[in-house]
Amino acid sequence: MKINLSVWRQENSQSDGSFYNYTIENVQSDLSFLELLDMLNEQLMAKGEIPVEFDHDCREGICGSCGMMVNGQAHGPQKKTAVCQLYMRNFKDGDTVTLEPWRATAFPVIKDLVVDRSAFDRIVAAGGYVSVKTGSAPDANAVLVKKTDADQAFDYATCISCGACVAACPNASASLFTAAKISHLALLAQGNPERKQRVVKMTQQMTAEGFGDCSNHGECQAVCPKGISIDAIAQMRREYIRTKLPFG
Amino acid sequence: MTLNARIPDGPLTEKWDKFKDHCKLVNPTNKAKHTILVVGTGLAGASAAATLAEQGYQVKSFCIQDSPRRAHSIAAQGGINAAKNYPNDGDSVWRLFYDTIKGGDYRSREANVYRLAQISNQIIDHCVAQGVPFAREYSGLLTNRSFGGAQVSRTFYARGQTGQQLLLGAYGAMMRQVAAGRIELFPRRELLDFAVIEGQARGIVVRNLLTGAFERYAGDAVILATGGYSNVYYLSTNGKNSNVTAAWRAYKRGALFANPCFTQIHPTCIPVASEFQSKLTLMSESLRNDGRVWVPKKAGDKRKANDIPEGDRDYYLETRDPTFGNLVPRDVASRNAKQVIDEGRGVGKTGLAVYLDFRDAIASQGKDAIAARYGNLFDMYQRITGEDPYEVPMRIYPAVHYTMGGLWVDYHLMSTVPGLFVLGEANFSDHGANRLGASALMQGLADGYFIIPYTLGDYIATSDMEPVETDHDAFGEAEASARARTLKLLSIQGDKTVLRFHQDLGQLIWNGVGMSRSRKQLEQTIADVRSLRAEFWQNLLVPGEANTLNKNLEFAGRVADFMELGELMARDALAREESCGSHFRSEYQTADNEAQRIDEQYSTAAAWKYTGDEQPPERFSEPLTFENVKLTQRSYK
Repeated sequence: MKINLSVWRQENSQSDGSFYNYTIENVQSDLSFLELLDMLNEQLMAKGEIPVEFDHDCREGICGSCGMMVNGQAHGPQKKTAVCQLYMRNFKDGDTVTLEPWRATAFPVIKDLVVDRSAFDRIVAAGGYVSVKTGSAPDANAVLVKKTDADQAFDYATCISCGACVAACPNASASLFTAAKISHLALLAQGNPERKQRVVKMTQQMTAEGFGDCSNHGECQAVCPKGISIDAIAQMRREYIRTKLPFG
Repeated sequence: MTLNARIPDGPLTEKWDKFKDHCKLVNPTNKAKHTILVVGTGLAGASAAATLAEQGYQVKSFCIQDSPRRAHSIAAQGGINAAKNYPNDGDSVWRLFYDTIKGGDYRSREANVYRLAQISNQIIDHCVAQGVPFAREYSGLLTNRSFGGAQVSRTFYARGQTGQQLLLGAYGAMMRQVAAGRIELFPRRELLDFAVIEGQARGIVVRNLLTGAFERYAGDAVILATGGYSNVYYLSTNGKNSNVTAAWRAYKRGALFANPCFTQIHPTCIPVASEFQSKLTLMSESLRNDGRVWVPKKAGDKRKANDIPEGDRDYYLETRDPTFGNLVPRDVASRNAKQVIDEGRGVGKTGLAVYLDFRDAIASQGKDAIAARYGNLFDMYQRITGEDPYEVPMRIYPAVHYTMGGLWVDYHLMSTVPGLFVLGEANFSDHGANRLGASALMQGLADGYFIIPYTLGDYIATSDMEPVETDHDAFGEAEASARARTLKLLSIQGDKTVLRFHQDLGQLIWNGVGMSRSRKQLEQTIADVRSLRAEFWQNLLVPGEANTLNKNLEFAGRVADFMELGELMARDALAREESCGSHFRSEYQTADNEAQRIDEQYSTAAAWKYTGDEQPPERFSEPLTFENVKLTQRSYK
């Protein structure tokens, strides 16, 4: 099939960007969306043009490197799917597809579709861990964790830090990302001792990075490639309120 | 050159304790005066960086990704082994050690592997304390599964995302030290060379992948944890950025490269579908617990899978091996798939696949039971292929997945360059000629959390070192050579892109140094790779500039190194005139087509020394002695 692409090109964070139009012929339906971009880049280089830059690595939806707005949707039309696992069988011959980078103040564009997501690392550095030194742990079965809690914690822990939640949010909030980590650790006995300071420090950092607040639009959970529920944000708020209560 | 593995004396079971009891310690107040450069942030690199920083060293951590959390360990699916024996099914440290040595077809060091098995239990304790959400029973206790045909259930797992959860644990530990000021992060940096001063590794030169700037960092030791080199085959299950460059630069600075031909080909991957296919996706081999592998009995049978009656199907793994059946080790399963495909009995559009069929499992256990066990894998398969594995059998094909070879290290995990330590998949140490399932995560974390803190301390405490600055000549020379090479890649301006060269190289290595190797083909491969390399340096097209984000330029440097590595792999495979584990030389097989080891001659690790671009490398051998296990012919019949 033939696919028309309208791609955001931007030289660096200072320069203005704009859309460029390209057409790719003979696209097979078994091609992944990033392979379509590989094809585009081969075509551009053959003509002596500069290829489109985009982040990617595992191409199986787990590393969180890739991500772009595909026709205005973060990671494209398929639910619970990172753009690397989106296949061209989801498109029709002659379709026009618009590609843009994540747009958020806290994610400055580096080049073309590549953005700077280091704010996420700084949110984790603020407290997204259990403070345990190597060598000091008790036997793994010394502390029991209810299976339902462990399973729920796992669901939150599957976040791949791609940034789709921020890109989809009208407030460019990082609430789902931050809440997923807070909720993962709050559900486990191991995370309990630091739960108060964790929620305070991580949410402070989130604000300091320039992410907006959550106003319950729910766009984040709709685009999350791991299907993380907005319930995480409710849990994060409960965690926060606990810090204000004398008996929390 | 004699390779001294520095294995401690004494009985096998006491060696590691003895080492820990007697190694030199660094005074806690002095640790902060030592800068350690850690390259790579996968399981081995992240766990090492976090632990060394906890101990008080100043750590600088480098990775090519935009965040340390994206290193390719994140993609490991199945699980992590430990000898906890929680299920009370007879497991022990000894049994885990024995299975690993045997699984590696007796081509790894007893002492290293025993230490790995000993440490395995501490890893689980530590990861659970970090909040890694391993699978649990309703009692609240941890649960285990049997993996890759092991006769005990010793694998801990977090659904099909164990690597991700373990890596995020190590990454969290790292970020805690970043906040404490003991780790400085340098993401989007690629190591291009080393500063070796008075015989010791004292620094690195990296390229900033955003600005193109060459940067110099000095330290008292360098730790490489830069993963494996499966991408030499172009198509593999590795991430697109996984590469050999850091290890290869170390090789060119004098670190020996061991057993490069030991590469693992995983039997259950999703087959290639298109010309622009950029990578292969692994399906966890746990699928083989319930799926049955088959091909049509007749070559060229083009009927749909469900139209082929029982009598016309060949369940070839079950027929040849009634005991292990579909659960034979990875190399055996892969080689048998190749054999039936070579006979023209492959399935699917390309004929390069075999079926993995869940029909009978669904009939006997119900669709829900199968969905509960493999639901996420079935969904992934459907997303990629557009086919529903509940209705039609999966199509699978072997793909390169892991490399057992790597930089040679001694018991201290130090390479032949003093001060240069190598951890995780980047070293050659523990898996011999074949790695068992769920052992890679165990090794990466053992190296980083529990081994390097002791052995690095011993090195720092016992080495004489003057402080060095980055204006030292060795840095200048390293940077000049890295810069010249980068600019050379850009200046060729031919008409063939990196991707095309990489595809060509991958095809040569897959055909020559893949599942089955022969003298004739290996000799041909060496010649072919050399001529491809010559063409590369004549006709490469890299667009754009050096002083910006330019991924084609990054890839060009990596493919250039893969070209050289590919030749070394073929040389290594040629020099090892036996079959063992993943290394199958068609000239050396038993009457049953099993690998025929030649222990008298090749019970060794082969380590290659770089001698210059124009001369062939020199091969050294480290003899492997087995005092505790009896070498047996591996038989899964």
